[in-house]
Amino acid sequence: MRKILEVEGLSKVYGSGCPECFRLTGPDMDTNICPRCGSVVAAHDLTFDLFEGEILGIIGESGSGKSTAVKCLYFDQPPSSGRALFHDQGEQHDLFQINRAKQRQLANHRFGMVYQNPHLGLNFGISAGGNIAERLLMSGARHYSDIRLRARTLLERTEVLGERMDELPKNFSGGMQQRVQIAKALAIEPPLLFLDEITTGLDLSVQAAILDLILEIQQELNTSMIVVTHDLGVIRLLAGRTMVMKYGRIIESGLTDQILEDPQHAYTQRLVASSL
Amino acid sequence: MLIKPVLKVEGYSKHFHLHEQNKVIPSSHDVNLEVFAGQLTALIGPTGSGKSSVLNGIFRTYLPSNGRILYATEDGHTIDLALADEHRILELRRNEIAFVTQFLRFLPRQATEDVVAQPLCRQGVEHGQALERAHQMLAALNIPERLWSVSPATFSGGEKQRVNLARGLISKPRLLLLDEPTASLDSKTTDLVVERIEALKNEGTAILAIFHHPELVERMADHVVQLSVPKPVKHECEQIMENV
Repeated sequence: MRKILEVEGLSKVYGSGCPECFRLTGPDMDTNICPRCGSVVAAHDLTFDLFEGEILGIIGESGSGKSTAVKCLYFDQPPSSGRALFHDQGEQHDLFQINRAKQRQLANHRFGMVYQNPHLGLNFGISAGGNIAERLLMSGARHYSDIRLRARTLLERTEVLGERMDELPKNFSGGMQQRVQIAKALAIEPPLLFLDEITTGLDLSVQAAILDLILEIQQELNTSMIVVTHDLGVIRLLAGRTMVMKYGRIIESGLTDQILEDPQHAYTQRLVASSL
Repeated sequence: MLIKPVLKVEGYSKHFHLHEQNKVIPSSHDVNLEVFAGQLTALIGPTGSGKSSVLNGIFRTYLPSNGRILYATEDGHTIDLALADEHRILELRRNEIAFVTQFLRFLPRQATEDVVAQPLCRQGVEHGQALERAHQMLAALNIPERLWSVSPATFSGGEKQRVNLARGLISKPRLLLLDEPTASLDSKTTDLVVERIEALKNEGTAILAIFHHPELVERMADHVVQLSVPKPVKHECEQIMENV
């Protein structure tokens, strides 16, 4: 099994920051706001790796920094410090060192992102099919009928009726918008996919369908994924390994069943004990 | 010639540290056992003697508190499952070690045949072929054909248990962990299960099992390991004092 991503010491601080920020925040301090300078330590010293075809779960409550981690990796936000190596087609990319153009190229060609909020991942001004076409165009597709056929196939693959591909996303239900977003992210068959709370707020039956879809895709394309969620059920179904975050720190990581059956950290024990 | 065990557990202990209640719950204490290729080792002991905890520790669903869990891999290495890298454990779970627990876990909407075929698919067996073998296994365990394409969600306890077994046995693991595989089965169905387990044993699988019925231990076990209920662990601060 090949390593696809290595993250080392990733930190993200919102605010001016001071030398005491990291010492005065974290699970032991029970806060992620530095009492000295008021900066928010969203993530500190995240170190982890991801293998080819693996699904890694990141779990934690709101504000634990789990989304920050993937947003930095997808270049939505620059990290304050840290290093991330992406291994791809025999090349190694130092994600936070390469220039903006190269970052955009990786995000467009090699990464996919599905956000909790479809407004972040979809262009609501153009049709569902148009959204997918946009992504295909960005990665170099040119032929109109090819693009259209591919968009239709992708939408059907994610159980969105092909007949509705020319409609605007705003006409769709939340679950369908989410499936269009997934289709868009998958359009270029990226080797690395980030999923940020993608089932939060959806009906249970829709949730199940989307999780199903994710697993099918993972088996079919051997896509590596990082799944961010606060839902233990999602983690149990999807992730082989899981990291638990609190106040910007990884407080525990391990095999998913071990995290759920034999959690070590007091916070994880509480989290597991209080899940339905 | 001395035969090397596939699995050798030395001094395995497990206790749970519950932070909220500030309690240490002992689960298994100083367990030693060996499991050989083509043989079955049965774990016996009263409720609370930590039988399941041993299996969970070997599969790394539990993090062992103490001891070594030495597993001889297919490619001739010996690794300590208590310490092995998580990726290595996942790989072994995919290719060599199977665990049939008392609970069947499956995805919503997933058909029974797919639940059973899944371990093969993960190993890269072509889907149609995996399904065919799943059908054979389901038939051998007497699951009616009309149920194969349905989700096991609505199945009876005994049916779920057999689906779980089918999934555990299908990939012909090198090491099989069985946690009361026949607990909710009638005697006729139990015989079918015993037959499958025997067949796997004959093909060389090393098996570590907990049986609900003592007569099954009698019938199937080549080795028996007796566990006893561990003594209560001392309170945390005493424990720490002792370790100092």
